[in-house]
Amino acid sequence: MTEKFEPKIVAFFCNWCTYTAADLAGVSRLKYAPNVRVIRVMCSGRVDPQFVLEAFARGADGVLLGGCHPGDCHYAEGNYKTLRRMRMLERMLRGMGIHDGRFRLEWISGAEGDKVRTVVNDMTEKVRALGPLDLPGKFKEWDKEMEELETQVNSGPAKGEAVHAR
Amino acid sequence: MPDKPKVAFYWCASCGGCEEAVVDLAEDILKVVEAVDIVLWPVAMDFKKSDIEARPDKSIAASFINGAVRTSEQEEWARLLRRKSQVVVSFGACANSGGIPALANQFHKEDILKFVYEDCPGVDNKAKTRPQTECKDEGRTLSLPELRETVRSLDQVIEVDYYLPGCPPTPKVIMAAVQALLSGKLPPRGTVLSPDIALCEECKRKDSKPADLSLAEFKRPHQVLIDPEKCLLAQGLVCMGPATRSGCEALCPAGNMPCTGCFGPTSRVKDQGAKFVSSVFSNIAPKEEKEIDAVLDGIPDPIGSFYRYGLSKCLLRRKLN
Repeated sequence: MTEKFEPKIVAFFCNWCTYTAADLAGVSRLKYAPNVRVIRVMCSGRVDPQFVLEAFARGADGVLLGGCHPGDCHYAEGNYKTLRRMRMLERMLRGMGIHDGRFRLEWISGAEGDKVRTVVNDMTEKVRALGPLDLPGKFKEWDKEMEELETQVNSGPAKGEAVHAR
Repeated sequence: MPDKPKVAFYWCASCGGCEEAVVDLAEDILKVVEAVDIVLWPVAMDFKKSDIEARPDKSIAASFINGAVRTSEQEEWARLLRRKSQVVVSFGACANSGGIPALANQFHKEDILKFVYEDCPGVDNKAKTRPQTECKDEGRTLSLPELRETVRSLDQVIEVDYYLPGCPPTPKVIMAAVQALLSGKLPPRGTVLSPDIALCEECKRKDSKPADLSLAEFKRPHQVLIDPEKCLLAQGLVCMGPATRSGCEALCPAGNMPCTGCFGPTSRVKDQGAKFVSSVFSNIAPKEEKEIDAVLDGIPDPIGSFYRYGLSKCLLRRKLN
């Protein structure tokens, strides 16, 4: 493992504010860490906590969620719904051992291209310091305890032959 | 009677309630017993592992397996029955999604063993003896199954053909499943044998469920006098109805207790707990972090509340290091 660990961060950005801000960061030629994979959603309120869990389960090292500032939601209330859900989701993630900023919720308005850069860079560095989460690898690791029996039972004597119980 | 289909019942990590559910069929159980030959049922009849091993592969028409899979022995039995059966039915919440035993996935095996055999008040075990998978006694070798690190649902160990939900499955869903099996009119493989809509749909309190819950406080059932007519969520109780599959006829709400989610989610939901958070917590009243947190404090054990029967099927599967 001499290769430097590059965190994979899945980012859900709302169409009206944070995605626009990321666009602005682009046209302003701001440079930031290439570790985020941005998924555009119409509203941060569209992000079901299931999406966050699935991102982790499929190998994300961090999940970033960006929406409009409170009061600025294009759909009036969407970001409040996000805030309430994600406060609860954070408690659950902590309970399951995913914490220390692997999940982050940020309000970034369409004018804050610079904040996209700051947040993405900061989160990338923090997650890099935490190291890989690698849930897909952990799932495989956890299931290794079943390997031995699987071969034993399924490669047992052919059908119909009597075997004595141990 | 060689023509009757052969049926096996087995239990893994379970409380015995699912076995009770079979007996709960009352007179209907006679119809079942008439139609099938039971070749394995540890709770009620004396068969040995060697009896099953001696059978040809796929010679059992259907195996009903309840309980989560937590030990090497349960794993071995599940795999054996899979090999010998045409159809495996995952029976009850523990087999479907880990059930109550899967709550242990919030802890590490070592922590659990240490508490149970050393730290638990009332334990007198100065030598810190713990069960071993093998020990010698007067020249004989005795063995015990190994406790696994992770509690699994049945389908995380073997392929499962059908699921019967519930803690335990109700007589109605069991009979419907048995009739479908006997008549050969089977739905596609992998189907949960219960209506694929949310529990609220069949709850008598449905009409009093407000469109916007706007909850300012969560309460636990022992802290309030529960109104027997009104939607339980609207009363500030954690009722899992919106994130739970119907089929039980809303038994718990009918008994004036909130749904705890034992039928698991509908087919569109990947993670019952997260979906519950999605639907209910977006609708609490406050808008400021501090006030939101105060409302959330009313639920001291979110994982145990939202994944009471399904932590094995949480997308994260278990607690990390």
